[in-house]
Amino acid sequence: MSEAQDFKYIGQRTIRPDGHDKVTGRANYAADLSLPGMIWGKILRSPHAHALINRIDTSKAEADPNVFAVMTHADIPNQTASGIRNILARDKVFYHGHAVAAVAAVSEAAAERALGLIEVDYSILKPVMNIDDATSNDSPILHDDLFTKGMPEEPKAPSNVASRNELSKGDIEAGFAEAEVVIEREFRTATVHQGYIEPHACTVRYDEDGHSMIWCSTQGHFAVRATTASMLNIEQTKLNVIASEIGGGFGGKLGVYLEPVALVLSKKSGRPVKMQMDRNEVFMASGPGSATRNWVKIGAKKDGTITAMEAKLCYEAGWAPGSSPLGPACMTVFTPYDVDNQYVEGYEVVVNKARCAAYRAPGAPQSEYACEMVINELADELGMDPIDLRLKNVAKEGTQTMYGPKLKAVGLVECLEAARDSAQYKTALKENQGRGVASGFWFNVGGESSVVINMNEDGTGTIVEGSPDIGGSRASMQMMAAEELQMPVEAFSAIIGDTQNLPYSNPTGGSRTTFATGMAVVEAAADVVSQLKERAAATWNITPEQVEWKDGKAFNTKGEGVLTAAEICGSAAKTGGHISGRGNISARGASPSFAVHLADIEVDPDTGKTTVVRYTAIQDAGKAIHPSYVEGQYQGGSAQGIGWALNEEYVYSSDGRLENPGFLDYRIPLASDLPMIETVIVEVPNSFHPFGVRGIGETGIIPPLAACGTAVSNAIGIRMSELPMSPPKILKAIQDAS
Amino acid sequence: MRLDHCYSMTAHVIFSSELQKFTGVREATVQAEDYRSLVIEITDRYEGLSAADIEDMSVAINGEIIVEPMLEKIDHGSEVHFLYRIEGG
Amino acid sequence: MQKTHVTATVNGDVKEFLCDPSDTLLQVLRDELGLTGTKEGCGSGDCGACSVLINDRLVCSCLVLGVEANGEAIETVEGIGEGDKLHVIQEKFLEHAALQCGICTPGLVVSTKALLEENPDPSEEEARYYLAGNLCRCTGYDKIIKAVMDAAKTMREKA
Repeated sequence: MSEAQDFKYIGQRTIRPDGHDKVTGRANYAADLSLPGMIWGKILRSPHAHALINRIDTSKAEADPNVFAVMTHADIPNQTASGIRNILARDKVFYHGHAVAAVAAVSEAAAERALGLIEVDYSILKPVMNIDDATSNDSPILHDDLFTKGMPEEPKAPSNVASRNELSKGDIEAGFAEAEVVIEREFRTATVHQGYIEPHACTVRYDEDGHSMIWCSTQGHFAVRATTASMLNIEQTKLNVIASEIGGGFGGKLGVYLEPVALVLSKKSGRPVKMQMDRNEVFMASGPGSATRNWVKIGAKKDGTITAMEAKLCYEAGWAPGSSPLGPACMTVFTPYDVDNQYVEGYEVVVNKARCAAYRAPGAPQSEYACEMVINELADELGMDPIDLRLKNVAKEGTQTMYGPKLKAVGLVECLEAARDSAQYKTALKENQGRGVASGFWFNVGGESSVVINMNEDGTGTIVEGSPDIGGSRASMQMMAAEELQMPVEAFSAIIGDTQNLPYSNPTGGSRTTFATGMAVVEAAADVVSQLKERAAATWNITPEQVEWKDGKAFNTKGEGVLTAAEICGSAAKTGGHISGRGNISARGASPSFAVHLADIEVDPDTGKTTVVRYTAIQDAGKAIHPSYVEGQYQGGSAQGIGWALNEEYVYSSDGRLENPGFLDYRIPLASDLPMIETVIVEVPNSFHPFGVRGIGETGIIPPLAACGTAVSNAIGIRMSELPMSPPKILKAIQDAS
Repeated sequence: MRLDHCYSMTAHVIFSSELQKFTGVREATVQAEDYRSLVIEITDRYEGLSAADIEDMSVAINGEIIVEPMLEKIDHGSEVHFLYRIEGG
Repeated sequence: MQKTHVTATVNGDVKEFLCDPSDTLLQVLRDELGLTGTKEGCGSGDCGACSVLINDRLVCSCLVLGVEANGEAIETVEGIGEGDKLHVIQEKFLEHAALQCGICTPGLVVSTKALLEENPDPSEEEARYYLAGNLCRCTGYDKIIKAVMDAAKTMREKA
């Protein structure tokens, strides 16, 4: 599609199909399933950030009459499976909270008591807690087999630098030679957490006869099955993974932490096992998003034409090489700009922190923050409006990106114009207030989605999809099926199939579900339509081409006659059996979503406290299937980005222990911290999607970092270059400057 | 080779920095009618570059990122970019 | 450890249960009474996902012991509506799309009920501060606050 289409159902604000269960407390999340005879599993975690494990003695725990099973790394059946050293440490612990052993006992309290009976003998090593330390000459080395990948010459010695990336286009030196104004700055961002409210949890039952099951909260239950089946050396068909309702993920529930442990404990004990992380464990051992140190240099002519953009990005991976989002960080950093000469090099560094996980637009918030801060400073330097400067250099259809492809039709110009025309941008600021504007870019992905639509005898349909629904996507699936079949939204229910009900589907992540799984729904719905036409044709003894499907009914174009879906499905047995439509696809054509945000922030000069007084989020959705949930993504992304900018950070002691693993001290935004978040949905259709959809879930977390960074800088007249801008840091900046 | 493809199809290939380690060059012209033959051609041409190295990358053909490109046709004059793999959150 | 016999009114029904002295009310509700609508997000009173009413007073059930419920009237999210009929607050949460993942929703519904019983006509700021103990990571609170304000207005009109 390319032109604007008229839609009957798409674009409405329907009530989501899972809503009633969620407001009444009936919806079942990860921790809500209990089974007869069930026992509780708990994990013993390292009190040290970096230590050798000399010996683990589980004998006392095993002797406890309340304990049914104890396990360590050695009890994982497949010792070569990838990722098992994060599931349970082997010979070394790499972060405070690293899993070391597990027990299953009669109750949660008994399991916790039994953990105290396990004796672990450690040799404590010096921890490496940040990029500066990790790359200094005298730093301890985390992995003596880690040789930096991607170096021009093979390194001769191991180091804490896991990999180097490089991207370029044009001639960066020539670009800077042309520049009349050059600005370069270094920025730092702290380790952050996705902060989903639901802790990781699962209930599992091992079954020797081949009917093992896992009930868990995950963004991708097929990935849980693959990982767990591999670790336990069992065939995928003998393990059914059921995706419970999921209480937030944001990338942090793509990984697997508890499920293989629980299943081994269940196998050993012969009982169903429930495991649930407490909040401390969630902060210590899951999540975090990379801390970074990013340097950006931008050169421009006096008329605002940007001639060169250069970056050096350093991302922490946590302890496990390859866990940072360095690749996307490099690829996204300059994409909002159509500038001929660009160069970026990136380094991934391992430190003694939990293995980094994806976090909403992984890698992009930190790198684009650095770029957008320099762009805003450049606008000041040139005496230009920051939106005008962006429009002068804006990425648009045909722009050659540094990472490879040329952009197709995208909506950044429209977003910038909407920002310029917004009520907020025209409103004067008051004393101690500052304004920041920033753009954001995220690719969005497509990938594998499997969908079946089962038509019932009364003509209603059940959509079975393989993508866990975190933010209301079942409503979108209903609407897309309704649109394709021209039948009311209420004629469809939508459920998430178990791994036994459908072939593989990629996880819900990368802003892919409404786009890719939506395409699979449309394909399955089209399959249903063609079968309904065939059945109608058989009834009328004409060809399917002589049947027209319109307004949810079959029309006989060769004579008189109309059949409803209910009539066709009700007599399907007579025309060849019951009807189901299938859409198992590898979706192509995901298209980027650009955003522009505006932040107005007031700073109390006496305390450094910030108040977000006004905020507007503008983003290209391609086509908003359900506008309320599109707005919700913009608002939620904004809130997370505001938290990242203003308050959120992991705080470590000098010996590498995480000091704030709780919501009291890791402070995500509260209702009282935020204003209403105004939204503008720009719609520049994605021609690859039947309804024009772009993924929209992730981009919204990117612009807030620089929008807030600039707003605070402008409010206090000092350029801030470190996140979060918590009150003590702002106060110190004010005091240092005076 | 099928008779209807007896004329030569050339694609313009751009390697990521990760792959440049093996190829020594950023760009190359490659004769290939489809993605499968393109991979065979470049792994033959550049010693040390294996299909597994390429498997780890994302591919963009004429600006469209394609996750599973094995069956893609390569039109004459196509641009094929190897990129870092993109995943989401 | 000796268990204690507790009798409490839960959502209008008299319930008896045995409870370990260290069990929280949250554990009792979820694991003994099967009322899993009340969620655990932190176990330390910071997130509000386990909000319930004890004699109409809003508490985090993770900070109350099960034995403390003896003789008290507990109301959980399961008791907010009337049978099949949703409470206005629940309806407004749906209408305004005030939930995404929904894990914080039960706690917010309960807290909103407490808010509107104390203050039927709250300002936006009052609503934001009253609900500051209920964390939501998905929505940025915008649609939640709109739902709360709309519920307040509707309830005032009905009263």
